Amino acid sequence: MIQFTVNGQPISVEARPMTRLIDVLREELRLTGTKEGCGEGECGACTVIIDGIPVNSCLIPIVQAQNTVITTVEGIAVDDNLDPIQKAFVDFGAAQCGICTPGFIVTAKALLDNNPKPTRREIREALAGNLCRCTGYQKIVDAVVQGMGSD
Amino acid sequence: MHTSNAPVWTANTIDEALRLRAEHPDATIIAGGTDLMVFVEGGAVQLIEVLNIWGCEGMSGIEANEKGIRIGALTTWAEIARHPSMPDALRECANTVGAAQIQNRGTVGGNIVNASPAGDSLPLWLALDAEMEVASIRGSRRIKASDFWVGYRKTALEADELLLAIHIQTDVRDRLYYRKVGTRMAQAISKVMLGGRLRIENGIVTEARVALGSVAATPIRLMTVESSLIGKAIDSAAADLVAQEITPIDDIRSTAEYRTSVATRIIRSWLESEAGQQ
Repeated sequence: MIQFTVNGQPISVEARPMTRLIDVLREELRLTGTKEGCGEGECGACTVIIDGIPVNSCLIPIVQAQNTVITTVEGIAVDDNLDPIQKAFVDFGAAQCGICTPGFIVTAKALLDNNPKPTRREIREALAGNLCRCTGYQKIVDAVVQGMGSD
Repeated sequence: MHTSNAPVWTANTIDEALRLRAEHPDATIIAGGTDLMVFVEGGAVQLIEVLNIWGCEGMSGIEANEKGIRIGALTTWAEIARHPSMPDALRECANTVGAAQIQNRGTVGGNIVNASPAGDSLPLWLALDAEMEVASIRGSRRIKASDFWVGYRKTALEADELLLAIHIQTDVRDRLYYRKVGTRMAQAISKVMLGGRLRIENGIVTEARVALGSVAATPIRLMTVESSLIGKAIDSAAADLVAQEITPIDDIRSTAEYRTSVATRIIRSWLESEAGQQ
């Protein structure tokens, strides 16, 4: 039995230990906000935050989730109140087809949690492991700048 | 999805890890998993059993004192990139290993033990004369970086040994250099990497290390180039000797001809830039 916390909820799952975290999230826990893009750690669509650090959930076997605290895209809004980053993605049209969007939101959230006032360059570096093929990065970076607020 | 049925042994302490390694010498070791999980998912690696050392106590983190720097094998590239005791060249190298999510999970020890000829950091450990601290239940020993990679994806580790840490020394007389050439500036598998170190005393090169990755089955030192640099001011003509010392191959990422040409050029431009700073 592997135990961890997802979006504030304690979870116990029975799974083969090398099952990928993304598969447990999507198939067992039905948290399908986390997307699989490339499945090999290049595209960042599957990014989740583990113990404060953004990582690719397609590269993590569930055995390594034991006793961790995980945040997925479903855990970023508080009830029905979108996080400022999510709000800014809506306002700036920073999502087009949307498959990369959860990964961007989660990565941006981890960035702003660790560094509340990043420069544009720092934002671009932090998001470099998230690929978008249709929206374009400018609106995404603009949204993160907006999401960090002005004060 | 290729979910493996392999049993996983998890080690929480070094003693446990060494005992499990002795009991399961054929187990595939997983640390950050950033390479292994790709191979497993793609079907390139069939797991029989797995030894999970991620989170193992005493194997991560960086200790720096007057004797040198000890980098735990499970230290991630993100930790290297922001640690103030790390030489700039090593931090630059850390920044070239994938993107943030990979740097957050991928470990230094994984890069070293995987022994890929394209392993980003390997030439730098050669340039630094790093020593690998390895251990088994039989005891521990140090292996010089220059003796560590013995063949294509092969290391000098015995079947029951684990890499615990990497030891490096820094010296104010040294200039350390790292350069990676890939298809793009970032997030590309390397075509050629250069790790270099020059020790300069009174304007004269007294020690030189010139190491390349992706130009042979293992990362290699260019001994002829190194010895031609010693005993005089920095002379970029040493780069003329590069082509005779390397045996790159044509593969999906590049050609032998390109690798030879770019290796020569990056060594020349490094030496010219160091000479210009004299």
